[in-house]
Amino acid sequence: MDAKILIAKRVALELQSGNLVNLGIGLPTLVANYLPPGVEVYFQSENGLIGMRSLPGEGMADEFLTDAGGGYIGAIPGACSLDSCLSFGLIRGGHLDVTVLGGLQVDEEGHLANWMVPGKMVPGMGGAMDLVTGAKRVIVAMTHTAKGEPKILKRCTLPLTSLRRISVVVTDLAVIEATPEGLALREVAPGVTKEQVIAATEARLIVPQTVPQMPVTEGVMAGA
Amino acid sequence: MTGRRIRVVAAIIRVMKGASMKNKAISLTRAVEMIPDGATLMIGGFLGVGLPHRLIDELVRQGRNNLTVIANDTARPELGIGKLIVAKLVRKAIVSHIGTNPETQRQMINGDLVVELAPQGTLAERIRAAGYGLGGVLTPTGLGTTVAEGKRTVEIDGRSFLLELPLKADFALLAARRADYNGNLDYTLTARNFNPIMAMAAGTVIAEAKEIVPVGVIPPDDVITPYVLVDYLIEKERTNGR
Repeated sequence: MDAKILIAKRVALELQSGNLVNLGIGLPTLVANYLPPGVEVYFQSENGLIGMRSLPGEGMADEFLTDAGGGYIGAIPGACSLDSCLSFGLIRGGHLDVTVLGGLQVDEEGHLANWMVPGKMVPGMGGAMDLVTGAKRVIVAMTHTAKGEPKILKRCTLPLTSLRRISVVVTDLAVIEATPEGLALREVAPGVTKEQVIAATEARLIVPQTVPQMPVTEGVMAGA
Repeated sequence: MTGRRIRVVAAIIRVMKGASMKNKAISLTRAVEMIPDGATLMIGGFLGVGLPHRLIDELVRQGRNNLTVIANDTARPELGIGKLIVAKLVRKAIVSHIGTNPETQRQMINGDLVVELAPQGTLAERIRAAGYGLGGVLTPTGLGTTVAEGKRTVEIDGRSFLLELPLKADFALLAARRADYNGNLDYTLTARNFNPIMAMAAGTVIAEAKEIVPVGVIPPDDVITPYVLVDYLIEKERTNGR
């Protein structure tokens, strides 16, 4: 299975009916395609919409209905528009159940760095700092390594997005929960061993005796 | 009715009539002529959506320079605020995101453009603080990050917050769906974004609406930005036929 699809499918299993969810640009956006049957969530787009969905069909784009990346989207019946203060009030005020973001680095304390690489890439933090600081659950969706180098480190070397501890990081190798005691290995990807995860991780991992495999399947729908 | 009372009622009617008949629409050229070089501008919009495109084009045409721009982002080089950047009219940008505009990053690295990056929610609240008469906002966002550098931390009930100061501007340039001739505004879907917040935080507010409708067409419950905040509207573009 493609690494990104695997990650998206596993993240989708974290969402519960009725959740208000914000998906970051890129890999996190894929999560919407793999919601388990029967799970209905509301997607927020921080540029000002609750009730985002994919474009309903070709030729149905509206120039004033876009996501936070500027792409055309659809809206479910019952959707509502928000100004930027209300949108971020939902995020910062603890009204957003889940945020799913991409990551550059995660460390032993559960800190995330995902907004800049000094001297190389300075896109700006956009909404990321508010999302990581304010959402009830922070899920990081990223590949476990970049060019063979671990991204889960003892300490982030890139500027942090927030001091707030993330909830969980889902990679193509594992599901790792950030706890007050440290990073705990919760699941391994199909065909991946605990040892492989440990070898690809710089941070110290809390590893239980038995680590279950991610409950994802090859089918279109996760859990189906 | 006494003579005094009649005079008072007549005066009230005159005032009301005056208010309801005032047409705030001016030409695009005149609107931009009011903006001096070196002005601080708040510009509504999110990656060009809900952005006053005609005002931007006219700023470029008239070559207003040395501008400070407060906005969510600098869009793309060929889009929205990106056009001001490419034309080198901006001295300083206070924004949350420049990732979609390589030209902004290039000018920033060269030292031609000062970029102050603010978390998006903090940016919105700093603008709101100015518009709502607050001395600042306390937010947990940015604590312990580069955003906190040089800022005061305040402890409230054992929790730390960053003190973020208000942001105001000389002019707010807004985009709306409809305006009535008095200046009441409504917006479309995700084109609302920063526009209603900026309407509160600038000395002079200029709104560019998709259409200008007679007073009363926008129902009171649908007005998002009340007319008292809007100083000028941009006249409709002349179109051939109906």
